[in-house]
Amino acid sequence: MEYILSFVLLMIGLYCVTTKKNIVKIIIGLNIMEYAINLFLILIGYRQGGIAPIRTPDMSLAYFLRYSVDPLPQALVVTSIVIGFGVLALSVSMAIRIYERYGTFDINEIKRLKG
Amino acid sequence: MNVLPLMVALPLGMGFLIPMVSRKNRRTADVLGNLATLSLLIMSLYLFKIGNQIYFMGGWKPPLGINLVLDGLSAFFLLIVNLVAFIVTLYSVDYMEVYTSKLRYYSLFLLMLAGMNGVVLTGDIFNLFVFLEIAVISAYALVGFGTEAEELEASFKYLVLGTVSSIFILLGIGFLYSLTGTLNLADIGSKISGISAGHAFWFVVILFIFGFGLKAALVPFHAWLPDAHPSAPAPISAVLSGLLIKTLGIYPFLRIFYNIFGFPLLETRFIPQILMFLGGASMLTGALLALVQNDVKRMFAYSSVSNIGYIVIAFSLGTPLGIMAALLHTFVHATSKALLFLTAGSLEYRLETRNIKKMGGLMEKMPITGISGNIGFLSLAGIPPLAGFWSKLFIILALLDAGRLGWAIFTILVSVLTLGYYLRMNRYVFFGPLKKNLQRIKESPVFMTASMLILSLITVFLGVILIPHLRSIVLDPAVRSLINGTKYISMVMGG
Repeated sequence: MEYILSFVLLMIGLYCVTTKKNIVKIIIGLNIMEYAINLFLILIGYRQGGIAPIRTPDMSLAYFLRYSVDPLPQALVVTSIVIGFGVLALSVSMAIRIYERYGTFDINEIKRLKG
Repeated sequence: MNVLPLMVALPLGMGFLIPMVSRKNRRTADVLGNLATLSLLIMSLYLFKIGNQIYFMGGWKPPLGINLVLDGLSAFFLLIVNLVAFIVTLYSVDYMEVYTSKLRYYSLFLLMLAGMNGVVLTGDIFNLFVFLEIAVISAYALVGFGTEAEELEASFKYLVLGTVSSIFILLGIGFLYSLTGTLNLADIGSKISGISAGHAFWFVVILFIFGFGLKAALVPFHAWLPDAHPSAPAPISAVLSGLLIKTLGIYPFLRIFYNIFGFPLLETRFIPQILMFLGGASMLTGALLALVQNDVKRMFAYSSVSNIGYIVIAFSLGTPLGIMAALLHTFVHATSKALLFLTAGSLEYRLETRNIKKMGGLMEKMPITGISGNIGFLSLAGIPPLAGFWSKLFIILALLDAGRLGWAIFTILVSVLTLGYYLRMNRYVFFGPLKKNLQRIKESPVFMTASMLILSLITVFLGVILIPHLRSIVLDPAVRSLINGTKYISMVMGG
């Protein structure tokens, strides 16, 4: 069920990227897609009623393996968030420069490249 | 000493060092940048001597830790990447003077190089994604380096499409992880053969074809390339067209489809046929659109789309000859297309235009640019004895060998088209009457001409790679590491 939610989110993002005419909205769409994937990765490692993947001294290994969630996707998500942040920073700064050059955020008016 | 981690660490470290130490004297940046790429080139040559090698980062063994894997294919790609990168940095010494911030240029360039070397070396699929993002984010920034209106537009377009493709690749990686419970490429390979290939697995394959296909600019996903590649500064166009689309697009295809999933498995669902159709579409579309371009660099960009099609067609045959032809064409296209983009940069540097209708008779005014441009044209058009002839010959032979007569004829026809658009360009740019306003044009500065000459010599003599002795060092290990397919798994997991 939660997987479907993350796919709905992905599709919303894709819809936003493909149909919106405003550069800022396209950037927002990209971010929605990125977060849908992050949610998906977290859900891969999640289990119902799981505990945080930290093993305290009084915890037996069997108990830990049985109840903890998978920590690896969480590490992936941290990396993916950082990458997403890099892309966001670059795209926003690019959007500012585009606004300086063209005086608009509308991609219908930003089309000098053809052929 | 183990040099594998240095292939990534050296450009990464140098990329941060250059803006810090060379604020006062701009020559320091030139010297450091060129030293970095030269030492990378020497190291990548040295790697052929060591043979297969695995480096465990932090000493963690394969299923747990990240490892760097050097085999024939990695060594082959590293040689191409670092060879072209060195020549391009040499060229940038003079060319980048017209731009304001050379320090940031070298910094971004070396970051991109670190990303490409990392993609080729890594043995971990998420690590591959991270290196891919390092390379591609610096590429977005470098495409918009001039911050003119068109450059920003191209860069933004590239950024949006590139990010969408990266997201789909990451989704594929997530699916693979949930299928196999591991991220190590070799471990994925050993576990995927035990799992019956269900819908999820084929979904991953499709996601990868979309994601890496967009990075490689295969035809339905090629829209960004003809904008992004011409808009970048010329040395960056050379790297983007010569290296980036191959290391981020073709290499993951080869590695994942041959070594990890195994080609026989993919053939059950016609994946190679799909790739062949995409390749064929790329060849034809690229060649036809290149015919009508008046912008030098835009024409070369469409030609890149066409040439990626050749490579994809050859490697999706799955025969040893096909793989050999694909790898050879990768090398030939990297050097020839880099040479052509450097020539275009040299023309733009002196003429300040890229429109071929405004050029003419430049052979006598810019002889070195003219000669190197012609060598590049002839090589990619497939004129013997230049390297491009051999690679195209092998592609056609491989198609005939696999019994695809129709595809072979199609390839020959597209080659004729290729010759057509190069001849058209050659007539407008280097031959014909000299225009009046071009009387006082001079040859480009010394570093630019020197690097073009080196690259033309390489392009002319690249055919020697087929001499049995050299071939057994450079080309054969790469072919073998793909033919043996899932041997890669036992090599990593066993060692």
